[in-house]
Amino acid sequence: MAIPVIELRDVTLDYGSEVVVDRVNLAVKRGETKVILGPSGVGKSTILKAILGLLKPKAGEVIIHGTPISKLPERELVKMRLRMAMVFQSGALFDSMTVGENVSFRLREHAMAGEEEIERRVHEVLTFVGMHGAVRLSPAQLSGGMKKRVAIARALAPDPEVFLFDEPTTGLDPINLFNIEQLVLKLKQRQNTSLVIVTHDVESAERLADSIVILHGGKFIFEGTPEELKKNSDKRVRAFLDPGASQWGGANNV
Amino acid sequence: MELGAIASFTKMGVVSIFRPPYKKSITRRQMDEIGAGSLPIVTLTGLFMGLVLALQGIVELRNIGATSYIGRAIGTTVIRELGPVLSSMMVAARAGSAIAAELASMAIGEQIDAFRAEGSDPIKKLVEPRLVACTLMMPVLTVICDFIAFFGGWIIACQIVQITSFFYWDSLFEVLTPAFIWGGLVKSVTFGFLIGAVACYSGMSTSFGSSGVGQATTRSVVISSISILAVDFLLTKIFIITWW
Repeated sequence: MAIPVIELRDVTLDYGSEVVVDRVNLAVKRGETKVILGPSGVGKSTILKAILGLLKPKAGEVIIHGTPISKLPERELVKMRLRMAMVFQSGALFDSMTVGENVSFRLREHAMAGEEEIERRVHEVLTFVGMHGAVRLSPAQLSGGMKKRVAIARALAPDPEVFLFDEPTTGLDPINLFNIEQLVLKLKQRQNTSLVIVTHDVESAERLADSIVILHGGKFIFEGTPEELKKNSDKRVRAFLDPGASQWGGANNV
Repeated sequence: MELGAIASFTKMGVVSIFRPPYKKSITRRQMDEIGAGSLPIVTLTGLFMGLVLALQGIVELRNIGATSYIGRAIGTTVIRELGPVLSSMMVAARAGSAIAAELASMAIGEQIDAFRAEGSDPIKKLVEPRLVACTLMMPVLTVICDFIAFFGGWIIACQIVQITSFFYWDSLFEVLTPAFIWGGLVKSVTFGFLIGAVACYSGMSTSFGSSGVGQATTRSVVISSISILAVDFLLTKIFIITWW
């Protein structure tokens, strides 16, 4: 059996005294798109940060490409990170740099290519996300949807094996939401590319995912395909999918 | 507890300074922002410091018939104490708070995490250039502040109280001994380093939304100011025992 690209074994994550993720297990296979679904503030983004090694688990092990990362020295951790790319919820574009400098950041920082090749690659990925005219703009001149598209271009530029998306469609209008989803679907078609997407948007998750996990109360309460999710009868899962009459939301509980 | 965190953060910054590659262009840009940006406020501080010191000094010295010593009094006070301390306070308020606010905004906007996600070291990229720039620019600003303060003292002493310029400058230069000059410079280098370290720490440790930017800025100015005063006392004590 092939080694998962990303594996979480009994991982517990905390912020000081508050445990946000409690002994969870997760495996992402090569070429798979895994969506972590759950309401806001349950620790979904925290899991992405743990996968990148930005956050050390309180317990358990994060294993990337078969290597446990918790005890890796920073230099090895950086090498591991360079095989992945993350699209942050806010885009997290460096506001002291232009769009072009943002997109080429990793390529230049790690001397991954010559200047001509970098220019070509920047043009290519900005064209891929429909932002080829924005190379000299600063992030402050971009709308929310444009920032997300540039963030995707920045993630795409070094051609990583794994993409981590933190709430890629949150706060977008329907047109931008559609555009971003189309971009993610285009990425899915690339061979051997794995995607981990964190979202609270059920419909978006069903459109994008090969498999879905639902995080609730620090635990995964569901794991399966979008079709299995639709058929699932677990009360907590139903409550999340149909919050009208649930403890998870709805005006009845206000 | 915060002091321990600042110390450990500063250690990372210092280690980074001695580890290539060096971010020369970012450091130069920071030196320009901190140095040239703080120049007007430091100049005004120096001018008013000199004016007030001369006014106060002459009132006291006139009582004992020693107004010709005003240059000496101003020289000693400015170069040993008020020059480094007041100019550093102004730089902490202007440049330190700006650094803290900028880094806090970056932390809230996940840009610091993004640097790490891109395989870059935010300490190297963000902290080191600011730390170096603050440390190098502070003595330059202090020297400018000192000379403007001397000039301010001269305006009151020679143009208003009618002490001759010769007496003023002669008595002032008498106290500008290498020990005092070096003492003042060591203080300003230390204060510059403190301002940079505290401002970077305050900014990068922010994690509570937009209100965190305000808190980081306030914390940076308060901790820097208190640290400057405390370290000034310590250095003065050491210099009196050793050099002065």
